[in-house]
Amino acid sequence: MDFNFQLVQDSFPLLLLGAGITIKITALSVAVGIIIGLFMGIARIARIRIFRILAAIYVDFFRGTPLLIQIFLVYFALPLMTGQRSDPYVAAISACGLNSGAYVAEIFRSGIQSIDKGQMEAGRSLGMTWVQTMRYIIIPQAFKRVIPQLGNEFIALLKDSSLVSVIGFEELTRRGQLIIAKTYASVEIWTCVAIIYLIMTLSISRFVAYLEWRFKTDDKH
Amino acid sequence: MINIENLYKSYGDVHVLKGVDLNIKEKEVVVIIGPSGSGKSTLLRCMNYLEVPTKGKVTVDGILLDGEANINKVREEVGMVFQRFNLFPHMTVLENVMLAPMKVRKVSKEAAEKEARELLARVGVADKVDNYPTQLSGGQQQRVAIARALAMNPKVMLFDEPTSALDPEMVGEVLDVMRKLAKAGMTMVIVTHEMGFAREVGDRLLFVDEGRIIEQGEPKEVFENPQQDRTKLFLSKVL
Repeated sequence: MDFNFQLVQDSFPLLLLGAGITIKITALSVAVGIIIGLFMGIARIARIRIFRILAAIYVDFFRGTPLLIQIFLVYFALPLMTGQRSDPYVAAISACGLNSGAYVAEIFRSGIQSIDKGQMEAGRSLGMTWVQTMRYIIIPQAFKRVIPQLGNEFIALLKDSSLVSVIGFEELTRRGQLIIAKTYASVEIWTCVAIIYLIMTLSISRFVAYLEWRFKTDDKH
Repeated sequence: MINIENLYKSYGDVHVLKGVDLNIKEKEVVVIIGPSGSGKSTLLRCMNYLEVPTKGKVTVDGILLDGEANINKVREEVGMVFQRFNLFPHMTVLENVMLAPMKVRKVSKEAAEKEARELLARVGVADKVDNYPTQLSGGQQQRVAIARALAMNPKVMLFDEPTSALDPEMVGEVLDVMRKLAKAGMTMVIVTHEMGFAREVGDRLLFVDEGRIIEQGEPKEVFENPQQDRTKLFLSKVL
């Protein structure tokens, strides 16, 4: 068969538009995921039992069910229960963000637990509260330590965001499908889509490597 | 200053402290010695509630340690120095010392920095203020840790084997700082294996074994003329 370069060239702007939306969903979901994940991660090791239990249920549910089903639940089932129509954007970001939050919570939990317990004792013995010690001493150190895992999580999230194409969201994967529906050029378009995903994930991993290096030179020489 | 009544501490079936009574006066320097596992560190850590007693009362500066609110109030007045320094590795030496006064006492940044620089000069690390803890030697780190505790202007300082993690040639510099502090009239409780230092600086020596205070008195007296067999046995091994 012939590889139709002209078609690739013509479709490229449309695919890039899709990639832009992929980046947007991923970035917003990452933000949601980090915030939820940080609080859930801390709740997982809180002294108050009910916090630990609720956080464990959250993590178990979102890690234990497929993201695809979570997207369906938020987009199709939730409106039936509440009577309100779901905005696809909100649905996509809530589903991806909540899902990512569960993984991020586990990353933060292990990061916090990896910090020497003498750090908490030092902070508390200076009269700082548990919350102050967490905020100024434990979390900054834990954050640096988990940068590589967070990077992996965000690469996974970027790829998984292709699942929101099922609710008609015109991100990269969906754009590819639509172009193929018209042109039948699956080889050209899927190759092109794959390469665009690869460029995006490689950029994230380079950026994470940079962050890791930056923070290392900060306190270790 | 510190009053301990009938203090017990157990971890499950392991009884670490078995009824300790102790009264420490203002400006007194109390040195605690004893074999490892005797409960001396646990006793010290009960004084700022890093260990929660199983039974008994701990009162510091008239405040009974029971609820969270009391504990933080007391900890502001009780400095602690750890065997492994526990400096904050993500902050510079200066930031390590400034943090607690700013966050707990709400001191302004300028005032905290001025105070921190003075303290760091006093413990002899004025030239390291902008370094990170990992760039310092053990002795320097421990002196920074002492400055960090002093920055809160504590009424009591607790030392938990402050020289045990140091290379031998760095022990002296840390003990020097502690000696000056004792001379300046700080109330101090020191768990240590440095017998010479205990004898020189201590107002009172406690020998702790198996969770009880076996013997106490003026250090010279206890070292030269121990009354209890267990004290004799221990001293014969370490002196």
